[in-house]
Amino acid sequence: MDGVRPLLELTGATVRFGADAALDHVDFRLYPGEVHSLMGENGAGKSTLIKAITGALAMDEGVLRLAGEAVAFATPHEAQLAGISTVYQEIELLPNLSVAENICLGREPRRGAVMSRRLMRERAGAALAELGLELDPASLLGTHSVAVQQLVAIARAISADVRVLVLDEPTSSLDLDEVAELFRVIRELKARGVAILFVSHFLDQVYELADRITVLRDGELVGEYLTGELLRIDLVQKMLGRTVSELRSRERAAEDDAEAGAGAILRARGVTVAHGVVEADVELAEGEVLGVAGLLGSGRTSLAHALTGVARLESGEIRVEGESVRLDSPRHAITLGVVYSSENRRRDGIVAELSVLDNITLALQSERGVFRRIPPARRRELAASWVDALDIRPPDLDRPVGTLSGGNQQKVLLARLLALSPRLLVLDEPTRGIDVGAKVEIQNLVGELADNGMSVVFISAELEEVLRVGDRVAVMRDGRIVETVVAADVTTDSLLALVAQPGEDEE
Amino acid sequence: MTAIYRHRLFWPIVALVTLIVINAVARPQFIKIRVQDGELYGPLISILRDSAPLMLVALGMTIVIATRGIDLSVGAIMAVSGAVALTIIDGAEDPGNVGTVLIACIVAVLVSLVLGAWNGFLVSVVGIQPIIATLVLMLAGRGVALLITGGFITTVNSEPYSFIASGYLFALPFAFLIGVVAIVILSLVERRTALGVLTEAVGINPEASRLAGVRSRSIIWGAYIVSGTLAGVAGLIYASNIKAADANAAGVFIELYAILAVVLGGTSLNGGKFSIAGTVVGVLIIQTLDSTILFLGVSSAQSPVFFAIVVVIVVIVQSARLRDGLAALTARVRSRGAGVQDSDKVEVA
Repeated sequence: MDGVRPLLELTGATVRFGADAALDHVDFRLYPGEVHSLMGENGAGKSTLIKAITGALAMDEGVLRLAGEAVAFATPHEAQLAGISTVYQEIELLPNLSVAENICLGREPRRGAVMSRRLMRERAGAALAELGLELDPASLLGTHSVAVQQLVAIARAISADVRVLVLDEPTSSLDLDEVAELFRVIRELKARGVAILFVSHFLDQVYELADRITVLRDGELVGEYLTGELLRIDLVQKMLGRTVSELRSRERAAEDDAEAGAGAILRARGVTVAHGVVEADVELAEGEVLGVAGLLGSGRTSLAHALTGVARLESGEIRVEGESVRLDSPRHAITLGVVYSSENRRRDGIVAELSVLDNITLALQSERGVFRRIPPARRRELAASWVDALDIRPPDLDRPVGTLSGGNQQKVLLARLLALSPRLLVLDEPTRGIDVGAKVEIQNLVGELADNGMSVVFISAELEEVLRVGDRVAVMRDGRIVETVVAADVTTDSLLALVAQPGEDEE
Repeated sequence: MTAIYRHRLFWPIVALVTLIVINAVARPQFIKIRVQDGELYGPLISILRDSAPLMLVALGMTIVIATRGIDLSVGAIMAVSGAVALTIIDGAEDPGNVGTVLIACIVAVLVSLVLGAWNGFLVSVVGIQPIIATLVLMLAGRGVALLITGGFITTVNSEPYSFIASGYLFALPFAFLIGVVAIVILSLVERRTALGVLTEAVGINPEASRLAGVRSRSIIWGAYIVSGTLAGVAGLIYASNIKAADANAAGVFIELYAILAVVLGGTSLNGGKFSIAGTVVGVLIIQTLDSTILFLGVSSAQSPVFFAIVVVIVVIVQSARLRDGLAALTARVRSRGAGVQDSDKVEVA
């Protein structure tokens, strides 16, 4: 690549949401005629970076250069006019318009002042033909399958004069043939000199298509690599990262193998959830911490949903303390002492505008019922004791939770669940996007809870953390629990190998 | 000092007081209150009395809006309620009998409650968007009311029924007292039980609330039932005032005035935090404005324009963004040279 100027260059890109930096001084280059893959876990900053490039989000710091010239796009439309087209994971087209109208939307061909439908159909037809799609341009978009709609979105992106094509998870709804067709088109565009930014969770696809890979983690740049020189296992390691932090080594409560028999709090058999988990078996003893390791899309979150009544089972059985239960809502799970903390703290966790006090007591109050209000004094006392126990800062009960830092928001959420005195705590990435100090505190807290007899399912993208916190670790891949290992018997590297191994049953 | 400015009722109250002062200056008798036979009379008392239907409807609307919803059917429910009550009274052998009137009122309110439950069912169980779900009844309700009255404007002459709108109790208009009772009951139920905070939680973040085990469905459903029931009572007052059930005129546009009152009172249409006191002030602003237009002798052709202008001014004065912008501007002017640059970023949800 030496001697060739990057077509698109981003330097020092920084985007902040409140106190948290979603993107922290990241550099990114994209050369003409290459496929460049952007890799990272949830919250690594991939979408933020894409939005910064496509003008959907304004950067707080940093410069974007297109063909050497500094540019600043106020809207995605401006970026489009400059030749940057984007296809998002969720289709952003209009199902009530025809395929041709969708492809030409916003740049309808005109003859004088009048829109020419004939020209429009011709242009759309050409774009579709390029993708090898046999589709009537006059048909309504909404009548086609999601996969076809996704391909139409791509046709729309390439029908314009495109210099940079951003594909954000374009293959998640396509089947194998369609993926192959898409890859053919991508290679053609690449040969024409288009610079392509390709985001996908499927490592196989990345290794098949990408020339180079840029890895992000927690909003920071990990590095840029040539695909041929980066081993798959190294890539996964860079994505998941390793944070070294001092942790009170948790002496594993002298396991006299008492778990045999009555001790099982949770026993799940053949748990299957549509588009998520296949035939998962989980067993958890009192006071045990089960770590769950797996990449994004491995089914780790779906498993958590299945165990806590958030998602309904397609098949399989869950027994809580030996009783077979059909969990039909989170509320139902809560009454059985099974509680869940979502990986998406902001969207599914905190009630941002309500106070710390209201947030901590929310679940307990709704369990008691609307008309059995917790007396105000008792309520404050309760919340204050949790704020104290978890060291929530600032220790102000009346402050809206949305104004707290990520780590403290997470602690408020934990307090909400712990106030219910649950028997089984399912934590989905409880330490994501929070600072190292709070991370260690939460890890230690989980250890203490388990020592006091609470069972915990601990899901995390960070393998070291899973190993440190968990007694056993379930490894997930493609919706299946492929292996359950005793944490003391594996190293981070051997766990990494289990997580990264390409699925033998796909393709 | 600054704490008073920041209180969310500060600006609505300023608007209300300003309106009253303008009126008092223009026509001093505006603030005069007469006592006649132990009953209070005067323009201010009339405002309190006339505000009752809007007050009831706006209270219900507040709760519905707090759940991120909206109830467009309140006007139509008023029409149905009036039609039911008057048809019963009209058909009774003795329209002047207190028992008859009582039964008529109870039946009318029960019918309204059922209509509210229907709205709530569509929104919380079927999952239809609130604006569409309540639009159904908004359009169909008046038809139902006409069906009940047989297509006529049913008129009655019933002493006890007229008492609802024009009677006096403890020296105050009975209609106003109905509003006060509704305010008190609603405030107690929302704030003395956990309903208020759970409603706010559902309105701010429905998914997080569901995961925390909140019965969001029941809470949303309940909000529409409250709204429908209060609209029913409002319909009784309206029909009592004109001693007739006019299905085409009862509660026309009241849903829009109610939404306006809620917003003037500082409750966001995005749901979540709500203020019953704010809504009460909002209703009084609207009603005072209405009287102002009459007092100032604005011609009926011009009154909507006048109304619109005042509302726009009130809304602009209340706009937090505008005030923050002004505050930032003055701060920048003051600290010019200090080089302080403060770019508040709005959090992206």
